[in-house]
Amino acid sequence: MSDDRASRRLPVLISIVVALMLAIAPMPNWAIPFRPDWVALVLIYWSMNLPRTYSVGHAWLIGIVLDVAHGTLLGQHALVLSCVVYVTIKFHLQLRLYPVSQMALTIVPLLGLYEFLLFWINGVAGIHAPLATYWGPVLTSALLWPLVTLVLRTVPYRSRASHM
Amino acid sequence: MAAGTDSQHRSPRLASLGVRFLLLCGLSITLLIVDQRENHLDTVRRAVDAAVEPLRTIVDAPVALWQWINDTTTSRSDLLLDNNRLRTERLLTQARLQRYTALEAENARLRAMLEATSRVRDRVRVAEIMSVSPNPFRHSIVIDKGTRDDVYDGQAIVNADGVVGQIINTGLLSAQGLLISDPDHALPVEVNRTGLRTIAVGTGEFDRLDLPFLPNNADIAEGDLLVTSGLGGAFPAGYPVAIISKVERIPAMSFAEVSAQPVAALNQIREVMLIWQSDPSSDSEVGDE
Repeated sequence: MSDDRASRRLPVLISIVVALMLAIAPMPNWAIPFRPDWVALVLIYWSMNLPRTYSVGHAWLIGIVLDVAHGTLLGQHALVLSCVVYVTIKFHLQLRLYPVSQMALTIVPLLGLYEFLLFWINGVAGIHAPLATYWGPVLTSALLWPLVTLVLRTVPYRSRASHM
Repeated sequence: MAAGTDSQHRSPRLASLGVRFLLLCGLSITLLIVDQRENHLDTVRRAVDAAVEPLRTIVDAPVALWQWINDTTTSRSDLLLDNNRLRTERLLTQARLQRYTALEAENARLRAMLEATSRVRDRVRVAEIMSVSPNPFRHSIVIDKGTRDDVYDGQAIVNADGVVGQIINTGLLSAQGLLISDPDHALPVEVNRTGLRTIAVGTGEFDRLDLPFLPNNADIAEGDLLVTSGLGGAFPAGYPVAIISKVERIPAMSFAEVSAQPVAALNQIREVMLIWQSDPSSDSEVGDE
């Protein structure tokens, strides 16, 4: 039973590791302000579809790893990701109702929350950047959301299709 | 199976979600505060970083591979071209290097002369700024020289551009200095062009001093350089202080409103110089030599 569960969790773990790798992958300078929030996207997907398996605790731990990988204040991404996942789980039933195309729009508030909290913590810590630089990732992430869902749908996280 | 247990425990799980969320929020905020103020979390950071390192390597792999392919497939003609270019470059640098030895000797000679002249005038020592006052209304700095280095109260602090301030408090290994922009600081100056004497008072802004005691008919104009007059006793004469930035003559008032911009960028300095004024007697001794 536990082996079975572990084998089902492995693909999810791999998807998160891939997201982490995309988050630290080298990019040309002009593209860096538009780097999508890969980790946030993947975490939103899993917490939306498996809200009881992947929860704020996982988001927090992954956030710590992301903090270290990005060299930001320890706890910044942890706090922000757990906030986003918490809101996602609270509204997961409503969010799942929409078709993928409209979901790209409904996910904008979540990503906006993510970027705004990052901006806020940076501001409190004395790292000032214009607010406008935080909107690029929201845009690219929302545009990539349908792609992310299509890819993650192929991940075999359940042996049975019915998980409602 | 899993779905069944999920729906059975729905309400307690959801309730505990909020609690867990709040706990994690508290934990993150604590981490944030500790991480910003202290360095205790460096070990944690290093441990997690070790786990992230393989990911970095994998992510960098395509770039590294591309470079490796580029390096290994460079053609022979490219290599020859490179080789030729490097050879000529080496010749050029060698020729330039020969000139540098001559320049170096000249530099040493000039430096020795400079040191001799500075010894005739004032003794100067470089100090580093250790901290600045966090209070925005108090413009003071702490430097890394104290009474052990013969620093005394009221000693003048300058930097390469001009006057910075004076010492107000001395410890054994450090001393506190007051910047000329502090509202409590006043400095006897004279206008370099005319010799007009007056007092420059700090305003609490790093880029402005006020000259409140100039009559309306005083001969002063924007762009005039203020230098220390040496009359207050604390500062040696002739160090540049500020440049007049605004002169406003209001006929109804007895004094003109004059402000000046300090020539030393008071909020951008890292090193300052302490000045020991030389006695006239020792001056003449050196001069006799």
